[in-house]
Amino acid sequence: MSIVSAIMGTEEEKKLLFDGEAATSLVKELRASFTNGKTRSYDWRVTQLKSMLKMIGEHEQEIVTALRDDLSKPEHESIVYEIAMLRNSITLALKEIKHWIKPEKVKTSLTTFPSSGEIVSEPLGVVLIISAWNYPFLLSLDPVVGAIAAGNALVLKPSEIAPATSSLLAKLVGEYMDSSSIRVIEGAVTETSALLEQKWDKIFYTGNGRVGRIVMAAAAKHLTPVLLELGGKSPVVVDSGINLQVAVRRIIAGKWCCNNGQACISPDYIIITKDYAPKLVDTLKSELEKFYGKNPLESKDLSRIVNFNHFTRLVKYLDEDKVSGKIVYGGERDKTNLKIAPTVLLDVPRDSLIMSEEIFGPLLPILTVDKIEDSFAIINSGTKPLAAYLFTNNKELRQQFVSTVSAGGLVVNDTTLHLAVHTLPFGGVGESGMGAYHGKFSFDAFSHKKAVLYRSFAGDAAIRYPPYTGGKLRLMKVLMTGSIFSIIGALLGWSKV
Amino acid sequence: MGGELEASLVELRHTFTSGRTRSASWRKNQLRALLKLIHDKENNIFEALFQDLGKHQVESYRDEIGVIEKSATNALDCLDKWMAPTKRRLPLLFFPAKGEVISEPLGVVLVFGPWNFPISLALDPVIGAIAAGNTVMLKASELAPACASFLAETIPLYMDSKAVKVITGGVDVGEQLLQQKWDKIFFTGSPRVGRVVMSAAAKHLTPVALELGGKCPTIVDTLSSPSDIETMVKRVIGGKWGTCSGQACVGVDYILVEEKFAPTMIDILKKSIKNMYGDSPINSKYLCRIVNKNHFERLHKLLEDPLVAASIIHGGSLDKEKLIIEPTILLNPPLDAEIMTEEIFGPLLPIITLNHIQESIEFINSRPKPLTIYAFTKDETFMRQIVSETSSGSVTFNDTIVQVFITLYIYYCFIKLEFHFLYIKGNILERNQLKFSFVCLQFVCDVLPFGGVGQSGFGRYHGKYSFDTFSHEKAIMQRSFFIDLEHRYPPWDDFKLKFIRFAYKFDYFNLMLLLIGLKR
Repeated sequence: MSIVSAIMGTEEEKKLLFDGEAATSLVKELRASFTNGKTRSYDWRVTQLKSMLKMIGEHEQEIVTALRDDLSKPEHESIVYEIAMLRNSITLALKEIKHWIKPEKVKTSLTTFPSSGEIVSEPLGVVLIISAWNYPFLLSLDPVVGAIAAGNALVLKPSEIAPATSSLLAKLVGEYMDSSSIRVIEGAVTETSALLEQKWDKIFYTGNGRVGRIVMAAAAKHLTPVLLELGGKSPVVVDSGINLQVAVRRIIAGKWCCNNGQACISPDYIIITKDYAPKLVDTLKSELEKFYGKNPLESKDLSRIVNFNHFTRLVKYLDEDKVSGKIVYGGERDKTNLKIAPTVLLDVPRDSLIMSEEIFGPLLPILTVDKIEDSFAIINSGTKPLAAYLFTNNKELRQQFVSTVSAGGLVVNDTTLHLAVHTLPFGGVGESGMGAYHGKFSFDAFSHKKAVLYRSFAGDAAIRYPPYTGGKLRLMKVLMTGSIFSIIGALLGWSKV
Repeated sequence: MGGELEASLVELRHTFTSGRTRSASWRKNQLRALLKLIHDKENNIFEALFQDLGKHQVESYRDEIGVIEKSATNALDCLDKWMAPTKRRLPLLFFPAKGEVISEPLGVVLVFGPWNFPISLALDPVIGAIAAGNTVMLKASELAPACASFLAETIPLYMDSKAVKVITGGVDVGEQLLQQKWDKIFFTGSPRVGRVVMSAAAKHLTPVALELGGKCPTIVDTLSSPSDIETMVKRVIGGKWGTCSGQACVGVDYILVEEKFAPTMIDILKKSIKNMYGDSPINSKYLCRIVNKNHFERLHKLLEDPLVAASIIHGGSLDKEKLIIEPTILLNPPLDAEIMTEEIFGPLLPIITLNHIQESIEFINSRPKPLTIYAFTKDETFMRQIVSETSSGSVTFNDTIVQVFITLYIYYCFIKLEFHFLYIKGNILERNQLKFSFVCLQFVCDVLPFGGVGQSGFGRYHGKYSFDTFSHEKAIMQRSFFIDLEHRYPPWDDFKLKFIRFAYKFDYFNLMLLLIGLKR
């Protein structure tokens, strides 16, 4: 026990001392172990993924507890959205990695000729992953799975805003994974800045656009590619004439069942027609009551707001003069426990705070329009969101939605589920970020696709080399057209070109 | 100027928002217009390239006009295929549902063209941007002024001038452009400016593709057959002096060779240079000139270092008036001299000798990642070693050709063989063979990606990769209202937790048991 605390003690000291110099030597160390080729081997990748699987299997309860400490996250949500999703992601990587690392032959008849081409996936090198506090476990380790599968050495910087999970990650990763190539650095702005000064081969950042800009600007100094997973106001368009109960339940599942709205793909606001809005509000009320009871502040099935800052931010949205009268359901808050009840607002003005910033909390404003088609213009007038949702039975509307609304991903007749589908790329566009991951996309995000061309010494064409003649130019032209008759013609010297 | 620029940008944004650039027909029309432009104005392009760089027509056709022709034709042929949504398999758990990915245009994009291939490297990304349905601002390089003004004057005559704009000017214009918000910036040029571009892009969270350069090494293993040596030498010359006098991002920068093989190689290298460029290469019309005085001076300075000057074993003469530098070979210049630390980007070729060719891997790895590695070898183990132990944008074995030209040369080789075959058979054109050759001509949709890694940049293009570079892959999932499982919703209990556990593992058997109450 005393030994453990002694070790923990020295770790504390190390943490305090993490500055630019420490970051430099850390990167140097990792680069050395990347350079010696260890992380490139198939065995290393598989071993690391397997021990990560073992790690979450053996410490499930601790993870659940840490998440409860940080966010009062219900066990169910922790298991579903953090642990099970990660387990799936690792299992998939273990199953598919053999296929992923295979060089991709360029499918052409090139192979039969004095030339063949392939695309080889090679690890980028030493990568930095900076994760977020809302799904502090999943969003930290899911990118790590991709980075390991692709054969990189890496540093993970979990969010200091979820401290319990952060220190658990540092402890577990230290115990289970190869510390010569995989490290967790805990800390806040100072540590992050020290890390960002270093030269990385890729930076994967999950968070907000403000810090995203800082990350990208820091990366620019070293020409480091970045993958930014940001957020945005993800809209839900609800058409009339649908099974409203199912729609509402799915909206609730994406909003309050996802960390009480503190998720990057949570529905941010709803757009619905004026005449259908009252029905929606009624259904929302009755379903919310079924799920969370008459006094949702007491419900164990709702996460709390992560910290006081965010609590104040959300309360400010609600207390804005032009907004406070628009609450049609909820609005209760508990400052001591940092809880806010599921809150529905109807017809909030579009120039209000709540409609100009990403909400990231349990408040759901509803905007009304005369015709449902008008909703697309509203969505497109803002920045591009990470996700957009539509509930409809109307094929034309669906078609219009798919072609006119630009967002990271779209889901029709459900919310947030696309996140769980590894065959779909997950990532933003515009303000919601750049680059995509999940499944094979994660592997690709951390790989360089190296084109390799094999030629033989045979089949050398004199037209490539000087002295350049008119004949060579003619031949080149017909070759470019690709017409076989002209080519034969030119070779025979009949060219009319 | 600033106001004009903003007005252009507003117009581009407006055109994009109108949705007209999204239709397949608009994209195809623009590509056809570009092809027509290239076709109609071929002579003007030859002229402009000659003015800017003294580029010979064959080189101009091969590296510029032909490239654009090929690339635009390829995009036209493949566009429908590229634009089609791709279906994705979904887990049964979500049944009934379907998933697909569609490529949507990013919006208004900015393309920076370089001066060394001022036509092809400016227009090739534009082809990708148009094919993907974006509106484009092309900033042509001011260092190739004739080509820049050609593009600025001609493009509006052929293409939709509200959707494709060309802007000329120097650093100030570049800076003004970078202050604006774009949906993608595609930059070809130096790492130094690449950093500036990316920093500016960060302010607006704009994704960038950077096509930079680097010192592309050429590894030459000891070859025994004289014909192989000759081929190798020719290809090295083609990759060094044949592409804009070495002023190419994929040009051969230096050679790594075993000490014992170096003399043989150098001998033949000298002979071949003479064969191709004559006794007085400085007067050869097949050699591009250096783009401007600054670059000429830069290259001159590289040679002035006394230790470097002492290592010159061939060439070395310069014509300050005509800005021409003779093909110059240097043997073992000091490794800390600028010629070995900076990208040369000119007709100087250092040869570094090693005891064992295997040392080349370490040599390359101790330097920034190059855009391309070339290696001439017949040793397959060594090939595998190069591929797996070094990192670069791409690797080419036994050639130095720029990948754009792969298709072209393959046609040529193939046709040559086919033709011989026909000839032997007495010129009887058999239908099957003809069909076979047409099949072979259709692989153009598959090309290798082109792009760097590390110091040589990131993002890739050519063919479908160009289209992808200017597209957002939007994931779309569609569900129906049937089948809504109670287990997704709170209040949570143990049963729901178990359900989710099985569901996540796609353990449908246990899921069934659980549902019918057999599983506890």
